[in-house]
Amino acid sequence: MSTEAHAAEGATGYIIHHLTPLSAGHGFWALHLDTIFFSVFLGGVFLWFFKSAAEKATTGVPGLAQNFAEMLVEFVDTQVKDSFHGKSAVIAPLALSIFCWVFLWNFMDLFPVDIFPMIGSLMGLEYLRVVPSTDLNATFGMSLSVFFLIIFYSIKIKGVGGFAKELLLQPFGPWFMPFNLLLKLVEEIAKPISLGLRLFGNLYAGELIFILIALLPWFIQPVLSFPWAVFHILIITLQAFIFMVLTIVYLSMAHEHH
Amino acid sequence: MSINATLIGQMITFALLVWFTMKYVWPPLINSLEERKKKISEGLAAAEKGQEEILLAEQKAKSILKDAKDQSSEIVNMAQKRATEIVEESKEAAKKEGERQIVAAQAQIEQEIQHAKESLRKEVADLAFNMAEQILQAEVDQNKHQDIVQKVSNQLG
Repeated sequence: MSTEAHAAEGATGYIIHHLTPLSAGHGFWALHLDTIFFSVFLGGVFLWFFKSAAEKATTGVPGLAQNFAEMLVEFVDTQVKDSFHGKSAVIAPLALSIFCWVFLWNFMDLFPVDIFPMIGSLMGLEYLRVVPSTDLNATFGMSLSVFFLIIFYSIKIKGVGGFAKELLLQPFGPWFMPFNLLLKLVEEIAKPISLGLRLFGNLYAGELIFILIALLPWFIQPVLSFPWAVFHILIITLQAFIFMVLTIVYLSMAHEHH
Repeated sequence: MSINATLIGQMITFALLVWFTMKYVWPPLINSLEERKKKISEGLAAAEKGQEEILLAEQKAKSILKDAKDQSSEIVNMAQKRATEIVEESKEAAKKEGERQIVAAQAQIEQEIQHAKESLRKEVADLAFNMAEQILQAEVDQNKHQDIVQKVSNQLG
């Protein structure tokens, strides 16, 4: 389903319309308003739920919300304790935020592709892309933050000298210094890029397939979109989980001396 | 799909989100989890302790019961002994009393016999005297034969 203005452009127009973000401004300073709105909104949902659960937290018999929140907290805590052996007040909450936020981003993918653009067009918005994780800015925003944390902790734990030594002297010793540096830089830079691109790629492709299914005749759509949606329940959770676990692993690597 | 300022906005949002989670979400939840864990383990320990105490109490109860049994059997034994003693004593007393009564009765019987003899003698003397009087009628004078009557009477005694 698309607005009449785009119907004329056919299938390609429909797809492009669905993948175009609502933006304001030009060039680098353009802002994807839909991405920012939905990610902030979903972040608010996450914080609201967990804050209310945390406020009512008792050590006795937990309520439903507390139970759910505790389940996630314990799950994340187990993951952190499995891979990270130091002591850090940041990593576990960070992992929880990442998991929940990414999951909620991805969850937007399960809404029928036309609902939000339609509501948007009724409100006078020409474009509306509701899944923040199909925006590279969102996924890279998060993965670059993680990257900066990796650098920060590497320097904090090992010191500038220790970190530089690690960059220059490993894995092949002092005689291969430039080569080591090159390898290490690639290794480090690959972390945020792979993190961001993996999430983006999975969700972008998933969204694209939903859009393609939506182009088919109405009686075929449920046959295809239902299994794809069911499969996507796995994908969105898995991608959130992967992002979280890799963040934990990278940060624990940053904490370790080699 | 271009990278633009949205990236910076997202990073700021992410930083705020993590900060908020660190400050207000994670600590209370993880604390309540830890506290509950502690509570549960304390409860389990208390239950174990309670069971041990039950065992101890059972043993104590058993020993008290055994003491009580011993004591009661001792008391019963003592009572039996005392009872036989009492029986023996009363037997002895009864025997003595019986003997005493027998002696008294014999004395009385003796007395009675003596008495009966006395009165019998008197009666027989009277009877004999009457009979003799009847037989002899006027032939015998009371005063004349006073010494004979006296003789007979003495013989009868």
